[in-house]
Amino acid sequence: MFTQNEILETIDMLDNRNLDVRTVTLSLSLADCIDSNAAKCQKKVYDKITRVAARLVPVCDELAARYGIKIVNKRIAVTPISVIGSASGDFVGLAKTLDRAGKNLGVDFIGGYSALVQKSATDKEAEFLKSIPEALSSTDIVCGSVNVASSRAGMNLDAIKTVGEGIKELAYLTRDNNSFGCGKLVVFCNAVDDNPFMAGAFTGFAEGESSVNVGVSGPGVVEYEINKHPDYDITKVCELIKRTAFKITRLGQLVGTEAAKALGLAPGIVDLSLAPTPAVGDSVARILESIGLSRVGSCGTTAALALLNDAVKKGGVMASARVGGLSGAFIPVSEDAGMIEAARSGDINIEKLEAMTAVCSVGLDMIAIPGDTPASVISALIADECAIGMINNKTTAVRVIPVYGKTVGDEVDFGGLFGTAPVMRVSLGDPSKFIDRGGIVPPPIHSFKN
Amino acid sequence: MKAVVSVIGKDRTGIIAAVSARLSALDINIEDISQTIMQEYFVMIMLVDAAKSKVSLEALEGELRAAVGELGVTVHVQHEDLFNAMQRV
Repeated sequence: MFTQNEILETIDMLDNRNLDVRTVTLSLSLADCIDSNAAKCQKKVYDKITRVAARLVPVCDELAARYGIKIVNKRIAVTPISVIGSASGDFVGLAKTLDRAGKNLGVDFIGGYSALVQKSATDKEAEFLKSIPEALSSTDIVCGSVNVASSRAGMNLDAIKTVGEGIKELAYLTRDNNSFGCGKLVVFCNAVDDNPFMAGAFTGFAEGESSVNVGVSGPGVVEYEINKHPDYDITKVCELIKRTAFKITRLGQLVGTEAAKALGLAPGIVDLSLAPTPAVGDSVARILESIGLSRVGSCGTTAALALLNDAVKKGGVMASARVGGLSGAFIPVSEDAGMIEAARSGDINIEKLEAMTAVCSVGLDMIAIPGDTPASVISALIADECAIGMINNKTTAVRVIPVYGKTVGDEVDFGGLFGTAPVMRVSLGDPSKFIDRGGIVPPPIHSFKN
Repeated sequence: MKAVVSVIGKDRTGIIAAVSARLSALDINIEDISQTIMQEYFVMIMLVDAAKSKVSLEALEGELRAAVGELGVTVHVQHEDLFNAMQRV
């Protein structure tokens, strides 16, 4: 039998510290759905998704009841549509098909309106990139991503320019909804094939037929544990985070294994990322503050984030058979109560956030910027973030929302888990000549390792 | 299938009686039971075996919540695997 403390600790984490399974994401290959006839391709895609994922939502609900836990999102990630739709050229039609299939299954999001163009884009992929604004503004639960750079291939400046312009267009097309279309699009450097988190989830070409990937979330648990020990030195704090991350990850491992078994699919990876929500007690920023900062964004933030990110990985790796995805700490602004507060007070700015992305998973995430920010500035922001990823061999990403009609000082509410975003200032220098040059930035020398 | 039943709340007469009577009626065996008062709170933890019961583990929590009714305690029923996963290497 377990000790009373063990049982009470687990219940306390689940009931009071917002420990939950953020997402169970079914990864599904659509490679066998390619067809030069658009209608046939759509039918194959719809039929396959609704067949394989038919029981995803009921199975998750059953597991939630069995363990007394919350499974916040059920999602599907598919093979990049830029490839699946190349034969027919019908990209937007496929986006609508994904939307319909996902809604009929009752899933929260379906990701994979994606392209991997880090080295170069095919003619059809170039068309696909242009279709993103229409696709994401005419669907509700479809998420998209574009990998524009990698440590091996370098940085595709042409794609970065197109995507920057696309983000502006998408912001305009979804202007009645605080330009939220941009919240469903993420631009990557070194994108990963098995990420269960949105908006960047897709099923990479190295993946198998289908699998179940899980993302857990427990910033509140980590914060609570650290706050209990104000006397610990930093080495002990790291140990504490490791131990806590271990327990959090085990929950993900259990749910992933059981969900895969119930669905008859292969168990995939557990993503160790600490993912915040705007709820009180579910904030990564508050963990950094609990380590000893008066406010996230102060000097010391990057160091605290680096140790947190590393300790989470060390604790989580041993708790799971297979770790993957992005695995670290997410620092979205609008989705984190502590970040929102710091952005509002001016304690954190985009430059500091950029520095933080050098030591944690992903990047400039869910940041509202002025609606009149030029496309070239957005592209240059993406290029900066990609440079960090490319040079440091890590995944980085940009998900910014140039909110139409809003400027610095305004605040936008995206609702629910997406939270509230104070519009943040962007450096006003003009990088358009740089972006307009186009071409490929060659990969850094350390890519030649073989 | 084994589950951990935990009951937490203000101490009142009849909590254990209400829970164990319902478990017995549902043909669920109590394998282990511990009960203490922690900082004025009543804490009871049971390990139960529901193998012979017709009620699913998923539905048992609702059954027990109904059984404790107005006693003002919270009831959790969780499959033992959750604790095995989180508390055991």
